[in-house]
Amino acid sequence: MDSDIIKLNKVNFYYGPTRALTDITMNFVKNKVTALIGPSGCGKSTLLRLLNRMNDLIDGTRVEGEILFEDKNIYASDVDSVEIRRKIGMVFQKPNPFPKTIYNNISYGPKLTGIGADNMDALVERSLRQAVLWDEVKDILNKSAMNLSGGQQQRLCIARALAMKPDVLLMDEPTSALDPISTAKIEELIEELKKDYTIIIVTHNMQQAARISDETAFFYIGNLVEYNKTEKIFTNPDVKQTEDYITGRFG
Amino acid sequence: MQLIKNNSMTWRYFKQGLFFTCVRASALVITLALGGIIFYILYNGLSVINWDFITKPPTDAMTKGGIMPAILGTIYLTLGAIAIGLPLGIASAIYLTEYAKEGRVVRFIKVGINCLAGVPSVVFGLFGLGFFVIFLKFGSSILAGSLTLGFLILPTIIGASEEALKSVPQTFREASLSLGVSKWQTIFRIVLPNALPGILTGSILGIGRAAGETAPIMFTAAAFFTAKLPSSMFDEVMALPYHIYVLATAGTNIEATRPIQYGTVLVLVAVVLGIDLIAIVIRGYMRKNKRW
Ligand SMILES: Nc1ncnc2c1ncn2[C@@H]1O[C@H](COP(=O)(O)OP(=O)(O)OP(=O)(O)O)[C@@H](O)[C@H]1O
Ligand SMILES: [Mg+2]
Repeated sequence: MDSDIIKLNKVNFYYGPTRALTDITMNFVKNKVTALIGPSGCGKSTLLRLLNRMNDLIDGTRVEGEILFEDKNIYASDVDSVEIRRKIGMVFQKPNPFPKTIYNNISYGPKLTGIGADNMDALVERSLRQAVLWDEVKDILNKSAMNLSGGQQQRLCIARALAMKPDVLLMDEPTSALDPISTAKIEELIEELKKDYTIIIVTHNMQQAARISDETAFFYIGNLVEYNKTEKIFTNPDVKQTEDYITGRFG
Repeated sequence: MQLIKNNSMTWRYFKQGLFFTCVRASALVITLALGGIIFYILYNGLSVINWDFITKPPTDAMTKGGIMPAILGTIYLTLGAIAIGLPLGIASAIYLTEYAKEGRVVRFIKVGINCLAGVPSVVFGLFGLGFFVIFLKFGSSILAGSLTLGFLILPTIIGASEEALKSVPQTFREASLSLGVSKWQTIFRIVLPNALPGILTGSILGIGRAAGETAPIMFTAAAFFTAKLPSSMFDEVMALPYHIYVLATAGTNIEATRPIQYGTVLVLVAVVLGIDLIAIVIRGYMRKNKRW
């Protein structure tokens, strides 16, 4: 199916001798929001970081199987992880702006990789608007990003990732450190962004997964237990374990 | 029962009191020693300090006049040591913290660096003499002296840089890499700028120490006496620590030059403290701009 932008085929992943993911086979649909859920330690972050090769940074890790992005194996020896990360952006659990100005946080990636160099101001504005942050920061672009609130910092990090014009946006519990109002803002934002981007989001918040995602994948101890339309998973899951998890019977 | 408890309490308070007294006493001893030394130097040296003393060369076989060539020489040597030690030290630290994988090679290098830190400074001096002065034919010169001092402070700079690099949050590296910025650029644009305050403070303190060393420059750079100011880095220079050594042990009239000796000591201490002060100012300034 051509609408599948990322395909995993029998993927195993190891931290040294310990296996963190077992035989994962799944496809991510283009321009949809896919939620990854499951109890703590089941491998959601591991899977997410596998998709943009962030796990390369950890010594002693090993991948088996195939991960295809637009039908190209991203772990093939001729693929540059730097190129992959330009197309597959990431937002982390804790907001992590650089200790730079708001403007320079956004322009940092494009400048160093030579994107949009001809009109940086426009790119910065576009990215901040996309992240629904523009109105709040347009007069303080030259102030340090460290002075923003947590919710604003997280939207700044989203804008920073968007400035690279990625195809896919990976989000690892992007709202877990935020208050309900900032969370609502980011959820609206995700709704907006899925028109142009494929979004894969890890969340522990069941309501959030139900609200914002089109597809949901439930993981348990490194295994993909159930993967289906969000509606189906939350109303009539096939597997008992999934039902127990989303209804809070364990977790 | 009550009695025992009270007794043990009293004993505990007594132990605590004793401990605090010891700590306070040690602090007092150190402060007194430092104060004593400074007072002694000021008392003996202050009388000769005036504008001429720091701006004129020595005269009358170094029994009169100023110490300007020595001040200048020490400044040159210190700057030279910085120019050599800082880039080399930072580069090594970047390799060790950002690139090298933990393993036998890294452990070996680290042991080597620690050994280097423990080598007496006179050994550095002899190494400089054998290698830079004679083998590379630099002669006794600013260049040879700077190289020797640069190597002397290398372990300090590497240590300070490693600490500073490690203290940059991993999340900064991840954020930069996740944008598709290369590792090399991440180090240069994010990691290094954020580590710089720490690197500079740690290094400058080491450099301050090196500025006061006699042994490493004795055979590699320092002249007994030269009224001529250096015109290139292949010239010898006078230097404050060596000048003190010369006046106090081999001068033409040791007794008569006592005030000049103490005056020189005073200037040297001022130069070293001045360098430390720069470090403190840089640290204070950079800390204000750093928040994570
Ligand atoms: N750097 C690492 N080195 C070794 N093991 C790791 C590392 N990171 C994660 N693991 C292990 O891999 C497993 C999956 O971890 P992962 O972080 O992917 O879980 P998660 O589903 O994201 O959990 P959470 O919901 O708590 O974030 C866990 O058992 C964890 O202990
Ligand atoms: Mg996680």
